[in-house]
Amino acid sequence: MKPKIVIFVIKWRGVCGMVLKLEHVTKRFGNFAAVDDLSLVIPEKEMFGFLGANGAGKTTTFRMILGLLDTSGGRITWDGKPIDYSTSRLVGYLPEERGLYPKLRVRDQIVYLARLRGMKKSEVLIELKSWLERFKIPEYENKKVEELSKGNQQKIQFIAAVVHRPKLLILDEPFSGLDPVNVEMLKEAVLSLKENGATIVFSSHRMEHVEEMCEHLCILHKGSPVVHGSLKEIKRSFGKKNLVIHADFPLDFLKDYPGVVKYKATMEGILLQIEGESIAENILKEIVNQGFIRKFALEEPTLNDIFIEKVGGSYE
Amino acid sequence: MNNFWIILFHTYLNKLKTKSFIITTLLTLAIVLALTNLQNIIDIFDKNGGKDNVAVLDETGQLYEPFKKQVSTINKDVKLTLFEGTAAEAEKEVKEGSYQGMVLLKLNEEKLPFATYKTMSIADSPLFTDLQSGLQQLKTVLAASQIHLTPDQLEKLYEPVSFTKMALEKNAKTEEELNQARGLVYVLLFIIYFSVIMYANMIAMEVATEKSSRVMEILISSVSPIKQMFAKIIGIGLLSLTQLAVFLSVGYFSFKQNIESLKEGFFGVYGFGDIPLATIIYAVIFFILGYFLYATLAAFLGSLVSRIEDVQQMITPMTMLVVAGFMIAMFGLGKPDAPFITVTSFIPFFTPMIMFLRVGMLTIPAWEALVGIAVLVATITFLAIFGARVYRGGVLMYGQSNSFKDIKKALQLTKNK
Repeated sequence: MKPKIVIFVIKWRGVCGMVLKLEHVTKRFGNFAAVDDLSLVIPEKEMFGFLGANGAGKTTTFRMILGLLDTSGGRITWDGKPIDYSTSRLVGYLPEERGLYPKLRVRDQIVYLARLRGMKKSEVLIELKSWLERFKIPEYENKKVEELSKGNQQKIQFIAAVVHRPKLLILDEPFSGLDPVNVEMLKEAVLSLKENGATIVFSSHRMEHVEEMCEHLCILHKGSPVVHGSLKEIKRSFGKKNLVIHADFPLDFLKDYPGVVKYKATMEGILLQIEGESIAENILKEIVNQGFIRKFALEEPTLNDIFIEKVGGSYE
Repeated sequence: MNNFWIILFHTYLNKLKTKSFIITTLLTLAIVLALTNLQNIIDIFDKNGGKDNVAVLDETGQLYEPFKKQVSTINKDVKLTLFEGTAAEAEKEVKEGSYQGMVLLKLNEEKLPFATYKTMSIADSPLFTDLQSGLQQLKTVLAASQIHLTPDQLEKLYEPVSFTKMALEKNAKTEEELNQARGLVYVLLFIIYFSVIMYANMIAMEVATEKSSRVMEILISSVSPIKQMFAKIIGIGLLSLTQLAVFLSVGYFSFKQNIESLKEGFFGVYGFGDIPLATIIYAVIFFILGYFLYATLAAFLGSLVSRIEDVQQMITPMTMLVVAGFMIAMFGLGKPDAPFITVTSFIPFFTPMIMFLRVGMLTIPAWEALVGIAVLVATITFLAIFGARVYRGGVLMYGQSNSFKDIKKALQLTKNK
């Protein structure tokens, strides 16, 4: 475990490669601060997750990273320079609101958008074919977008965001509205892009996606980062753990047990949130003689627990 | 290829291929062809070769021939037939449509003619007027002979007075030239008016479609909104020129084909024989400037709406401006030197139509036209800079917003601090 942290620290200082850096970034709309003093460093070839409730400032942050909105304060740089239209060929963007030209055929659409990112038509067609085959929809190449299902439109839009092999890929809620099979398909695609060396920033309010895919993440709440760092560090520093107990005798007395933060009855037993490992030890000693215990498991907190704790359960 | 050109040609080619564009072009072509073939078409439907048939019942037996002679000097197209039968029979034939009408000629006690004209509806006034003047002349001749005037004396009485019109202004247009200019200006005004409304609408729709389909956000992450806006305006501009080129060339050739028959009709009065080059150059300049003015306005108004349904509502004030300009121009056709017209020709939103009207119909000093053009160019520049800023913020705004307050909001979005 230790060596990885060391490597991470070196990267963190921005020594290596095309780092995306946000320094004290603020965006105000009138008196309302959509993003407030956000500082982040996203190392090259990383997958970085943005979490936050609706309206937390994720999309605004992305728009500022892309240079679509100016910051009200602070600085955003990628490889030492701000992102503008001279670097837009290296950047891919999947907006939160899905949209393509409804009347245009898939092929024309992708060719147009990719040419605007500096690709040649012949290159686009080769790339497009391989992507369509990867997503198992090669027959849609000559269909109009409005004839496709929503899920398939989303795949097409994903292709539009990545067809020019961007070095920096920004995905705003890439998996929302997809069925599990398609989510898996898209996840694999995202991971393979990362392996090919792309830096990927993505936002979601689905904790499990971020938990599964990102080394580093940031939880935004009302424009400010409330949690920020590597997933493992965040979980460790959170301190609290989850304890699952399934037993044949009543466990309700644990509700008021010292060190128990939350108590939740489940179908087969209870789920506790406790302040630390020592509490679990105490509980085990307490119940071990009371009867048969089918399950006693100490678990890392989920991102969901952390999120609810930090954001105050106000999400969705 | 530069992104600007990619967007420009994408816009141009895509619009060119749309069904609605092809259909409107074909429909308008049909209208152009119909107009230039108007005389032929009228001839096909007109069984009597354009002549009005009128039955004449002459109770006196001596008025028919002189009456016919008088009427034929007034209008050759009125065909009179002596009706051998009763008035009731003649009325019946008129009702059946064999005759346009019937005239009952009589003499009063003083041996002077009077008549009754019967027709299905009295809406056909030119024919009535022709018949009336014919009878009037006949009466004059008869009355003159009653008081024993000699034909010489009679001729002197009716000799037209010599009365010549002269304009003191140098290069002023003659009456004939003015009529000619009026026809040409009228047609060109129509072209400017329709093009501005149609293509400005197209641009607003285009922007709103991209916005409502949310493809805009991808677009502006690869190309700056300002580049996009102008690529689009010029792309649609090319489209409009293409369409006009098709109309004008087809119209021109069809016109040449039918030039003989057209000389007699509308085109003869408003002669299109030789169009002054300066008028055409001014028409092109004002067409292009007018297009840019309203296209820029439309693009930034279009960027403020989030749903296509709201586009019309948003651009209504702009359409009103165009309509107002056109109305003033229509008034100006009759009185191009009115002070009101002079003043409005310097208001940039009206300049394309009204300044053109003035240069087309009057002989105004060149500086006036140049000042008009300069004001127009300055306004376009201002609108382009201002519009581009609104556009940049506007394309990122979504929601139920479609009021003019949003302009302020859009400008705020692009502000730094």
